Amino acid sequence: MRLRGLMRKEIRHVLRDPSAILIAFLMPIVLLLTNGFGISLDASEMKLAVVIAAPEETARGMLQALDASPYLAVQRALSTHDGEQAMIAGRVRGMLVVRDDFSPRLSRVTRWPAAVQLVVNATDPNTARVMESYVSSALQVWRTGQLTEKRALPNARIDLQYRDWFNPELRSADFIVPGIIAMVMTMAGTLLTASGVSREWEQGTMESMLASPARMVELILARLLTNFGLGIGSMLLSVLIATVVFDVPFRGGFLALAAAVSLFLMFALGLGLFISTLSRNQFVAGQLSFLTTMMPAMMLSGMLFDISAMPHWLQVVTFFVPARYLVSILQTLFLAGDVWGVIIPNLAGLAVAAVVTLSATVLVTRRRLD
Amino acid sequence: MLRRVFALIMKELVGLWKDPKTRMVILVPPMVQVVIFAYAATYDVTHVPLGTWNDDAGAQSAELIRRFDGSPAFAVTESFAAPEQARAALDAKRVAVVLHVPQDFSSDVLAGRTAHAQLLLDARRSNSALMAQGYAASIVASFAQDMHPGRSPPIVLLTRDWFNPMLESTWFILPGLVCVLSLIMSLLVSALSLARERELGTFEQLLVTPLRPAEILVGKALPGIIVGLINANIVIIAALLWFRLPFHGDLLLFEAMLLLYTLSGVGIGLALSSFARTQQQAMLGVFVFASPMIVLSGFAAPIENMPRIVELIGRIDPVRYMLVIARGLFLQDMPLRVVLEQAWPMALIAATMLTVAGFAVRRALS
Repeated sequence: MRLRGLMRKEIRHVLRDPSAILIAFLMPIVLLLTNGFGISLDASEMKLAVVIAAPEETARGMLQALDASPYLAVQRALSTHDGEQAMIAGRVRGMLVVRDDFSPRLSRVTRWPAAVQLVVNATDPNTARVMESYVSSALQVWRTGQLTEKRALPNARIDLQYRDWFNPELRSADFIVPGIIAMVMTMAGTLLTASGVSREWEQGTMESMLASPARMVELILARLLTNFGLGIGSMLLSVLIATVVFDVPFRGGFLALAAAVSLFLMFALGLGLFISTLSRNQFVAGQLSFLTTMMPAMMLSGMLFDISAMPHWLQVVTFFVPARYLVSILQTLFLAGDVWGVIIPNLAGLAVAAVVTLSATVLVTRRRLD
Repeated sequence: MLRRVFALIMKELVGLWKDPKTRMVILVPPMVQVVIFAYAATYDVTHVPLGTWNDDAGAQSAELIRRFDGSPAFAVTESFAAPEQARAALDAKRVAVVLHVPQDFSSDVLAGRTAHAQLLLDARRSNSALMAQGYAASIVASFAQDMHPGRSPPIVLLTRDWFNPMLESTWFILPGLVCVLSLIMSLLVSALSLARERELGTFEQLLVTPLRPAEILVGKALPGIIVGLINANIVIIAALLWFRLPFHGDLLLFEAMLLLYTLSGVGIGLALSSFARTQQQAMLGVFVFASPMIVLSGFAAPIENMPRIVELIGRIDPVRYMLVIARGLFLQDMPLRVVLEQAWPMALIAATMLTVAGFAVRRALS
């Protein structure tokens, strides 16, 4: 009964101050759109300067093969000096140099194989590796075509086929967008409770609330439940954007999604309450909620970077970033389906995180009162 | 006038420094974050768990599998006898890649026919799958070369990786962290400053002091700049001493650019702050703006991959320009001309944003 009254008060609060509505609905829209379009690992049109000192026919064929790759934008440079200048100024990402001894060596078997040199701007090592493999495969395509023309196709090859499961086109959006949802939920959930409560502490209205007959657990519960409703709405909106705007498939069931989101929201809202109770100062609360949500959710959750490639000690650290469990569940639900072998352990992780933060909040609030 | 501004700056700095909790959230997080995030950020793959599904009993397939296991990219963890087993292991993420060698692989290799093999990849993480494909292709290519020496030699691609010869991912991410961590701090400090005064009602008091709007603005901007520069330098020191990054550019030029950069960050923060009525709204503004600013800058993924319209929006993002400067001055001795090409958009952003904030303060005054 009292709880219902408290919730009515909370809801009125939400309706009066647009902040909560903006956090729950504007933030997911802005963040999903910018992050979803902004973070793409699908290489496209990497600029490559090509310096060729070879007979015109060879040069033309090679340039065509390189240009045919959708990932490379080829431009011819007159000298290696020009190419180097373009690389230093950042106008091209790489330079391919074919020297004049290439064609003679290619036409007969010599001690030294025909070599071409690729210089890559490796400031971004990932793109450098990707570029190398695309240039290499474009050259192989050209070579195979050339040999076929001369009917000299080597009859012994090993043909390796790739089958990319769950994401056959290797679209990076398919795995990044579910990760962004996890990031948005972390930020929205924490922010919903973080600044509101710290303001009440700062202005002293929290004490008067606590002096009322309502018990502290009821106060916390009323606030959690109200914001929980907002959080669920925010989640549904995010899933909608992911499937409609970004065309990410959703292959899982809503039961698993609802379970994961509910547990995660309990954690995130609890974290916000915990931070604001602990700091009682909006600046510190804001700092802490920013630091504990956005960057960890982006860097340590597996949203962008593969956790299994991190150093071992850091992999242990990621177990304390609950966004990691949500990312794992969401990536599976969106791309693979209800794989309970993945979902259940991660749900357990989320449950532990929720229980720990909520009990910590109750403890801290109680101590604050003494 | 100088004395008045100085007094206001002191007031702001004391406000930040006197509270031990505030002091801590300004200094400790960058140190922790730089270590954790620098190690986290790698797109490369190592020891990818590989399952084998070998229907071939010959020596050649065993050799191929041995080579996969021997490469640093893969580690053979399981072997399967049937497709369902492979599928289940991929589904549950026990393995990320399955190498399938069909029955007549060895006999095809021995007879000089084209031999087939198949790689099944968990492409939930498309980038990791792409990297794994690249490593697998080169393992198979060298295997094929060794099995059939002397036949139509392939083209050798000699790669030289400029600016980051060992392809260290920390070299890529740390210059980015200099920009991102200092941005977050200068945004937070400045965005809450005006909103705080307004919420507590002290903004009016500030307005009745003899301070002019421009002076108020300077007083409000400097703490954010100082905190941002301190954070940037903490990351720079960590990068140079702990992660052993090279620094090929001019450090003084870099610091000057950082000053311009934090000024633009603070400008955005103050502009946000001047629109917010409460600290919660200012906070929301920071949350909504910081993440796109970081993402659209090319911090995590290259700008070239973005759709055209998103790339255009990113041009009003100061982080984008500072990132080019930071990477350029750390890893290569970027020519001054290129640095200045990045500097003027930052200056423009800073000037615009500070003007917006200045108008807001003036309007409050009248």
